[in-house]
Amino acid sequence: MNDAQIQRLRKQYPDPLSAVMPALRIAQEQNGGWLSPDTIREVADALELTPAYCLSIASFYDQYRLEPVGRRVVEVCTNVPCALAGAQQVVEAFERELEVTAGSTREDGEYTLGTIECLGGCGWATVVAIDNRHRLRVTADDVPGIVKELRGA
Amino acid sequence: MPEHPQIVFAGTDGGAVLDIDRYRAAGGFSALAKTRAMAPDDVIAELEASGLRGRGGAFFPTGRKWAFVPKPEALPKPHYLVVNADESEPGSFKDREIMLRVPFRFLEGCLIAAHGIQSQHVFVYIRGEYEREFEILRDSLEAVRKDDLLGGVTVVVHRGAGAYICGEETALLESLEGKRGQPRTKPPFPAIAGLYAAPTAVNNVESITTVTSVFELGAAEYAKLGVENSTGTRVFSLSGDVANPGNYELPHGISMRELVYDIGGGIANGRELKAVIPGGSSTSVLTADDIDVKMDFTSLVEAGSSIGSAGVIVIDDRCCMVQLGIRVSQFYEHESCGKCTPCRVGTKWVTQILEKIEDGRAAQADLDLLLSVCDRIMGKCLCPLGDSDAIAVLSYVDRFREEFQAHIDLGRCPFDGESSLEGILAPSAMHASQGHEAAHV
Repeated sequence: MNDAQIQRLRKQYPDPLSAVMPALRIAQEQNGGWLSPDTIREVADALELTPAYCLSIASFYDQYRLEPVGRRVVEVCTNVPCALAGAQQVVEAFERELEVTAGSTREDGEYTLGTIECLGGCGWATVVAIDNRHRLRVTADDVPGIVKELRGA
Repeated sequence: MPEHPQIVFAGTDGGAVLDIDRYRAAGGFSALAKTRAMAPDDVIAELEASGLRGRGGAFFPTGRKWAFVPKPEALPKPHYLVVNADESEPGSFKDREIMLRVPFRFLEGCLIAAHGIQSQHVFVYIRGEYEREFEILRDSLEAVRKDDLLGGVTVVVHRGAGAYICGEETALLESLEGKRGQPRTKPPFPAIAGLYAAPTAVNNVESITTVTSVFELGAAEYAKLGVENSTGTRVFSLSGDVANPGNYELPHGISMRELVYDIGGGIANGRELKAVIPGGSSTSVLTADDIDVKMDFTSLVEAGSSIGSAGVIVIDDRCCMVQLGIRVSQFYEHESCGKCTPCRVGTKWVTQILEKIEDGRAAQADLDLLLSVCDRIMGKCLCPLGDSDAIAVLSYVDRFREEFQAHIDLGRCPFDGESSLEGILAPSAMHASQGHEAAHV
């Protein structure tokens, strides 16, 4: 962890405890997309908190991950408006093309596929987040092309 | 389609204004200059005269909310403005488009609000999944700083990390303080003891952006738009089985028929309208018979629903209402923070009973049990998250009772696997299948 970065974060807030969420986000980005016990400990040390406290925060919020993720993370919104637009077919197309079951990471560590709650793009359904970047109006027919692109990257 | 006045999205010509010079050339930041020349009390009085009410879902008068914040001389602590940009209500995607297209009008509104409540500190709590929106706010804020418009006010954009509950204002404040996002008991209310136990106003993105428009137009002009009790325009988010989904800024009081058919292009794929959820998934469903209801606060209450966050979800005749209930309840079950037992346990039970009905395993008594569980959630918790599940599901049973009854009588789903929501995989079900089911039940 870059200590100067963390100390700069703490100064943004009247109470440095507020820096725990941005610090966890940065730590996760620098640790390959997940928060290992060691990473949690580093955040705790930098913020003068206990690892248990930092873990209590990390486990509360969905975007912090406590298990390793694939090199690319694909999440399909399946809330009502996306579901009405065919999100389930999109999920199944990704399962076929990525050769992984939704809710898991492929054994070779290349891809994590998941479903996710409303991403706030209901009018542009189906919304798919790939490494947190949103693709809009995705249909099952678009999936082979997207996966080809992911394989190339 | 008739032309409707664009207030929030004024000056965009359907695009985005991401260049501060372009925004200023069109009169941007003149409202800020005007309000900074006014006494804070006069700013609040003008806002109250506009009739602006909160766009996050509760529709509380914005000016009155500011007036609740004690004067610094009465309560000498730092004062905070916190903007709720944690948009996560299924069906709602308006705040995102506002931040993408008019970030400077939004930031100008933040500075006007800070002046109104005499605050030097603004925090914008933006949902963690909004990457592009965060980048635009960050860059726009830098441009505002360079143009020396902050006037001594610090603005911090704080990112959430995936928790719907943080849209509830006290959970948001907890989260911003570096804690788990769990609602607080009220009182004290945020106006008195909000962020860091200091006086705080919490406002939604659309409300704050509209503040700028109110001072651009003047309160009297603004109040001429819309209808009584619901002045001004609203950014309606239209989604679901409709030909042209998207965000549309329209005056309050427009009819649902005009929104869905004239503007939205009607029901997609030549299907028939079955139901409309008018204000995000936490509001009561309306039926096709309600299509002429006016889209304003009072009219929707009279129709037995709510304008909520104005996220309008259109549902056609292929949708099984029991499956809709399951998917909506799975969402609230997943997002329950776990603090209050009726919500934590009740939302899960609601899902389970609905699944039993859908699978054809339910007896008549299960329908009564469903209603009873909903009743035991309603009003029993610190925040309305559990209520939202109960309100939604109760409305599906109330308006489509024969469909629920058919599941019980037939011992199967009458849609025979052809419902538009058939087989949909929710994150909560995915966790359960992996053995990661929450240990708190």
